[in-house]
Amino acid sequence: MCDTFLLSVHSIGENIKHLVDRPDGTYCFRLHNDRVYYISETILKLATNISRGKLVSVGTCFGKFTKTIKFRLHITALDFLAPYAKFKVWVKPGQEQSFLYGNHVLKSGLGRITENTNQYQGVVVYSMADVPLGFGVAAKSTQECRRVDPMSIVVFHQADIGEFIRSEDTLT
Amino acid sequence: MAACSIEDVLAKAEQDEAEKLKSITVQKELDIEFDIGNLVAYDKNRIDIRQFREQKKDDFLRSLARDNTQLLINEIWKHPTERVEEVIVVKLPEPTTALPREKPPPKPRPPTKWEEFAKLKGIQKKKKTNLVWDDVAKNELHRLRNIARAQKIKVPGVGLTPTAQQSTTDLSRAVNVAKVSTASAGKFQDRLPKEKAPRNTGKKRKFQPVIGNFSSEKQRQLDLLKVMDSKKPRLDVNKAVNKQMREDDREESAAKFRKGGKKGRKGGNFSGKGKGKGGGGKGRAGGKGQGPPGGKKGAGKR
Repeated sequence: MCDTFLLSVHSIGENIKHLVDRPDGTYCFRLHNDRVYYISETILKLATNISRGKLVSVGTCFGKFTKTIKFRLHITALDFLAPYAKFKVWVKPGQEQSFLYGNHVLKSGLGRITENTNQYQGVVVYSMADVPLGFGVAAKSTQECRRVDPMSIVVFHQADIGEFIRSEDTLT
Repeated sequence: MAACSIEDVLAKAEQDEAEKLKSITVQKELDIEFDIGNLVAYDKNRIDIRQFREQKKDDFLRSLARDNTQLLINEIWKHPTERVEEVIVVKLPEPTTALPREKPPPKPRPPTKWEEFAKLKGIQKKKKTNLVWDDVAKNELHRLRNIARAQKIKVPGVGLTPTAQQSTTDLSRAVNVAKVSTASAGKFQDRLPKEKAPRNTGKKRKFQPVIGNFSSEKQRQLDLLKVMDSKKPRLDVNKAVNKQMREDDREESAAKFRKGGKKGRKGGNFSGKGKGKGGGGKGRAGGKGQGPPGGKKGAGKR
């Protein structure tokens, strides 16, 4: 499970070893109830005082493993992963709202995209003002994006910051 | 005449007054019993038959009732009183008379399904014997275990050595272990007609402790990331060679089939067990765009 998690996170950003190896303290990933949490060592030691059944959430939830053991990244990981994003997609102001409601990004709303993005590559979605909006998966490689018609999907939506309001109850 | 009438009137008036101020004390042969809780008085005095016959029946009964009521009320006033909203109220004691049942007695409830079944099968409730751990025996057990460990003798696990009271779980475990202890690890051991497959067999997954060695964990993760970062894919030479050979074989047989097809139909001679088309299709799609990120790398590692 460790490799599945690291793989999916690695596809988003390079240098995430800076998440593992931090100068300001030991942070680690812990699996609890199918969810992966990013916690500092001090918090982890405190969390061991709570029984497993009663512990709801620790630190920051990065994502969860689904029933078929696929890793699904949550929006709560955005603040940590956005600075290390390797492949970015910028969305035009008009389509921003649509993405924040959970829709996919169409070619018409695509502002910029990093060069050499492969198909099905994990990307971080930004607004034109360089504000990170969420995560996505590139539906087409950069080359294809150039050629395709304006109504086709270029980025599959995975998580967006609108979820902080939409799924307030279920966000751990 | 007038004097007579006056006297009569006076006498009558006196009589009335006397009657009104009749004494509240009543004399009775036998003291009557009271059950103040039920506001009941039991008068067990004999009735004077002569008096009963002489007087008018109504009057006799009325006077008797008046006397008894007087006694009852005297008795009630003996109990503690209190004032409730402008009314003087007496606190009644518990009733002493045993009243008969208001409703019929409850019928015995029908036995439950289990009770019927137990009766049918003759199952009695068995209490677990109070087995206490024997300290002397514990020492002996530990001594033998130490000997076994020192001399590196293998001892069977708990439950497999026969003890007095073996539960079903112990027995089934022993059976399963015995079944697997053949030369072919129980592969050819038949099960009885109604025997069920053993549960909870399989390797138990071992996890690292939650607070293990942080530095070693960090090192492990960094190494993993380094491998992922490295640009060159970790090639499993064997796998790659085999894959290549398989591809070549497929192409050869496909070419042969095409040639054979042109000459004369050799129907049903599908090369590569029907994988020819599938393999060709995959090859084409792979060339266009890469599969899920790190898929190939992942495959190499696993």
